[in-house]
Amino acid sequence: MSAQETPMIKTEMNPAGSAEKMENLKTKLEVRDLRLKYGNDEALKGINLEIPENRVTAFIGPSGCGKSTLLRCFNRMNDLVDSCTITGEIRLDGENIYAPKVDVAELRRQVGMVFQKPNPFPKSIYENVAYGLRLQGVNDRRTLDEVVESSLRGAALWDEVKDRLNDNAFGLSGGQQQRLVIARAIAIEPEVLLLDEPASALDPISTLKIEELINELKEKYTIVIVTHNMQQAARVSDFTAFLYMGQMIEHADTNTLFTMPAKKQTEDYITGRYG
Amino acid sequence: MKNWFKSGAPWIWLTGGAVTLSVVMVVGLLGLIAVRGFSHFWPADVAIIEINEPETGATSRLMGEIVRTEGMTAAAAREAGNTVPEDRELVKRYLIKQGNRDQFGTDFVWRFEFGMSEFEYTEGVYVIERREWGNFYGFPTAIEIDGETQQTLADNPEDFHEAVQSAVDTSVEYHHRIRNIERGEIGRINNEIESLRLQERQFQLDGLEGEALEQATAALDVRRAELEAEYLELRNELDALYEDMHRNTLRMQMVDGAEVPIHFADIVSITMPNDMNALQKWGEYFHRVWVFLTAEPREANTEGGIFPAIFGTITMVFVMSILVTPFGVLAAIYLREYAKQGPITKMVRISVYNLAGVPSIVFGVFGLGFFIYFLGGNIDRIFYEAALPSPTFGTPGLFWASLTLALLTLPVVIVSTEEGLARIPSTIRQGSLALGATKSETLWRVVVPLATPGMMTGLILAIARAAGEVAPLMLVGVVKLAPTLPIDGEFPFIHLERKIMHLGFHIFDVGFQSPNVEAARPLVYATALTLVALIIILNISAISIRNHLREKYRSDSD
Repeated sequence: MSAQETPMIKTEMNPAGSAEKMENLKTKLEVRDLRLKYGNDEALKGINLEIPENRVTAFIGPSGCGKSTLLRCFNRMNDLVDSCTITGEIRLDGENIYAPKVDVAELRRQVGMVFQKPNPFPKSIYENVAYGLRLQGVNDRRTLDEVVESSLRGAALWDEVKDRLNDNAFGLSGGQQQRLVIARAIAIEPEVLLLDEPASALDPISTLKIEELINELKEKYTIVIVTHNMQQAARVSDFTAFLYMGQMIEHADTNTLFTMPAKKQTEDYITGRYG
Repeated sequence: MKNWFKSGAPWIWLTGGAVTLSVVMVVGLLGLIAVRGFSHFWPADVAIIEINEPETGATSRLMGEIVRTEGMTAAAAREAGNTVPEDRELVKRYLIKQGNRDQFGTDFVWRFEFGMSEFEYTEGVYVIERREWGNFYGFPTAIEIDGETQQTLADNPEDFHEAVQSAVDTSVEYHHRIRNIERGEIGRINNEIESLRLQERQFQLDGLEGEALEQATAALDVRRAELEAEYLELRNELDALYEDMHRNTLRMQMVDGAEVPIHFADIVSITMPNDMNALQKWGEYFHRVWVFLTAEPREANTEGGIFPAIFGTITMVFVMSILVTPFGVLAAIYLREYAKQGPITKMVRISVYNLAGVPSIVFGVFGLGFFIYFLGGNIDRIFYEAALPSPTFGTPGLFWASLTLALLTLPVVIVSTEEGLARIPSTIRQGSLALGATKSETLWRVVVPLATPGMMTGLILAIARAAGEVAPLMLVGVVKLAPTLPIDGEFPFIHLERKIMHLGFHIFDVGFQSPNVEAARPLVYATALTLVALIIILNISAISIRNHLREKYRSDSD
């Protein structure tokens, strides 16, 4: 991607001058001096970051820069890795999610996540969406029906699957599966939605649908998205953070970051000089 | 030549040859069993042969089915002590099933071909399957009741066979009635009397004495008297039936002219193979196969059917499956999902895998020593004290046999389940965790259902191994002849403590423990064929369940 293209696409998607100042917005997630080690390898080297509420924040950076690792810190998915040690704080609405008394399952209900590869459960479409509610003990058929419908509508999938809710979810196409997974995530009404390269395994049309969906979802949720694709970051995000070698290089509103990057490294990256 | 090696063609020939050899061996094995097993049921024609004894010059007549022919050198025949004419180099000999064991002493004889007349297949020969002494071959002459001649073949050739057949039918029906009374009603009365005895014994064990004991047993005594009266009645009915049954006899003429009376009560069925056309023979053939599969064995297992063995094998495999699946699956889940993967887990895993290599007889010894004598003995002491010293669970039986086999097949279930669990993509687990599921919720709602095809694979292997296992079973619950089936109408319907019959052991027993080798031989093949077919059926059903599950839980990774 060349340097000239990026702003052009940006202009298309987000008409000029709408850039907001981060300071004016309510902070949903706050990262304080976060360090993360896999064994002896330091993957995150002291990250400081604020993520504003009801906005889309994108993490960009070359492979291995730690952007996915950082994302997984927000719902403590890294806890599953035995060798992983974390210091520092992440505050969700001011509460440190790494405090000892935090219930991880409860946290994950507030901070939903969608993965790179669609990972529906080997169940029916209906049961996939109802899964999170059933976990919470909701078994009332009418409530479930309502939530399943509204979630599938929310994920722009309802019209495509409403006649085959009881079919196996594996029968859906990749893009539909990914939207199903999003529906599954929003069914339990999280506050934050983490998207880990949600469109990287999809074709362009499915990608477009997911991106449109992200635009709609930000009205209700705070969204953090990791992406390899800078055009995508430019199209969908309000704010962008550039990570490199486990460090936060630059964090600004998307317009500014792509048009007037403050750091040399950021400019090199977005103009395709490395990464 | 060098180029030929370089081309890779030798490898294709080598690997292809290995496959061909395996296929030939499997097909050959099954073919041999099938041919020998299936042919046993064919109602073969009965030949009448006249033989001039070369030594004495006397003539004798022989009647029977030609079972087999065999060629041998004259020298070998002479060495074995036979007189063989000087000019012969090779001789042929026939194995003839002449039946009539009660008359001749043996029912199979080898005869050399020389001196033999042409085989004659005279019509009107009766092959009588008897409850004792094996088959009888001969010509019928008359029906007698209480020693008086009722009807002769010579007087009334048209209706005679029908009259015989209807007499046989009547006697078979009598037999059924007697059996029902003996097995059903008398069995029930015996059980109840036994349970009364146990209750009385329990009162004594509970420390009741004097008047208290008398009071407690008074009701039991009343009931016992009732039962004994009922028994007496049935006994009288039985005696009457027996007497009735033994009034009718069929006079038979053997091939040497001697006449023998045969009670209709001893007759199972009569066939006239020399008078049958092909269609009738096929009908008789399938009838015999059906009887073989559904009837109980007679005559030290050399006659009759193998139903109790089929039933016992299936029951045992089912009980084993019910025992081994939860054990194995739970153990595998712990090993794979919860245990910290370190040297100890590794050692446990290696031990489990090696368990599969322990010779099965060792499991049998363990089952006998630990399960039966220790566990069973203690169960008897605690729950069945009144029945002691006769053991209830402290003796080989269905449950212990199944438990021993469950232990034997545990490794395959654990290994397959672990493999099934390992194959599940981590993204699916993460997807569930990310929705706020705990580890155990993820495990039971998503991971375990996905691993069910792996578990089924384990179960398939377990069934295949268990159904064919014999050695340990001889120690822990399988017997030559079980008087009752492990499942019947008596409360509590499934009798885990009962001894069972088993097809594998049946093969061993009939093949090697039978006094009548020639009569048993075809049964060995037929039983082996049944066992193989049974295992195939069990496996196919398990495989179809697995495929169904696979379809249901099909995921991208498969």
